[in-house]
Amino acid sequence: MTGLMRSNLYVGGSSPGKMLDARFYHEDCIVYDLEDSVSPESKDAARFLVYNAVRYHRPPGKYVIIRVNGLYSPWLAEDLEAAVRARPDAIRLPKVEYAREVLRVEEQIAAIECTAGIPLGTTQLWCNIESALGASNAREIAGASPRITALALGAEDYTASMGALRSKAGWEIFYARMQVLEACRLAGISAQDAVFSDLEDLEGLREDLKTTRSLGFDGKTVVHPRQIDIVNAAFTPTEKEIHQAQRIMEALIQGAQNHTGVVVVDGSMVDKPMERRARTVLAQAQAAGLLTGGEEDEG
Amino acid sequence: MNNQKAGRFARPAFGADMEEEDAMVLKKTAVAGTLESSDVMVTVTPNPGRGVEIELESEVKAAFGAAIEAVARRELELAGVEDAHLLLRDKGALDCVISARVRCALYRAAEAAYDWTREDAL
Repeated sequence: MTGLMRSNLYVGGSSPGKMLDARFYHEDCIVYDLEDSVSPESKDAARFLVYNAVRYHRPPGKYVIIRVNGLYSPWLAEDLEAAVRARPDAIRLPKVEYAREVLRVEEQIAAIECTAGIPLGTTQLWCNIESALGASNAREIAGASPRITALALGAEDYTASMGALRSKAGWEIFYARMQVLEACRLAGISAQDAVFSDLEDLEGLREDLKTTRSLGFDGKTVVHPRQIDIVNAAFTPTEKEIHQAQRIMEALIQGAQNHTGVVVVDGSMVDKPMERRARTVLAQAQAAGLLTGGEEDEG
Repeated sequence: MNNQKAGRFARPAFGADMEEEDAMVLKKTAVAGTLESSDVMVTVTPNPGRGVEIELESEVKAAFGAAIEAVARRELELAGVEDAHLLLRDKGALDCVISARVRCALYRAAEAAYDWTREDAL
């Protein structure tokens, strides 16, 4: 596990070929799907397949997630029995709308962990926010359980619940993005942006990522491998950003040694938010393996 | 119990330490898997009184036929199936895929639900 959650790729739980291929892409998180990509008559087959793939053929260096079926579906209980025992990093819950739904699932997971001899609390949770109600309750959902490590916005169902039309500009999901983001920041968890669904429009994806990144998201869900590298690049600090962050941290260290009250870099006073941003950039660069050489170029 | 590795991809034998159950009775013919690359289509047919018969179609049969069959036999043992005809149409499936497809086909054929606590013995 790299520590990065820039890209999370859905892989259908019915296709061994796609599951095998996904091991070799560069996504930080791989999401084995038991829900939308699996037909009702194939739920049992997908469950066996995903269980074996995660338990016995786990992709190295990736954060592994299993998306289970809906919280009120007839498949959820058995999905959880299999998914918890497969020992992924997290289970992804679709269409979460209330904190109490998370608590109910958490109880089931805890019982399975106990029975299976898995340390209690090992299984983390990702919650998909995919409706107006879910977005509205995002704050209480994000804080419902210490198992929750991320919220992920699902734009297609959300726009349907709003009676909105999906557009490339994305104004119809702006408010939901902010609701999810704020909830994640308050809870101290990862915020994952919605899928950009036009797989042919890679320039559109880049534009969308500018919004995603500038708002403050940590990563984005993707449904096709061709989107992965573009998404990863958008969430990886540039050399210029890393260089600037290093200068800020060096100035702070020097300021502390010299007992300087105020530290200034390029004419701007370094305040706490600047320091926090610099630390975040360096942590992301470290996780992406960009700080190993210690070399820098122009700022 | 047989703790030998199943072969081609050096993963632990599935259910290596699990207890076998009483004989599972197959009620109907059932299929699991597809003919797509990296998959295997498994057809399980009841075979009362005639033991286990396995038919394998695979381009890699010469090199890996025995290993593929061993994975299938292991699943039959774990499920406690004594009489069955299995047709495996392999398209280059990994052991973990073969195991999942055989297991699925067996439980479909028996019209039985899988008890996931069986995995806890591992």
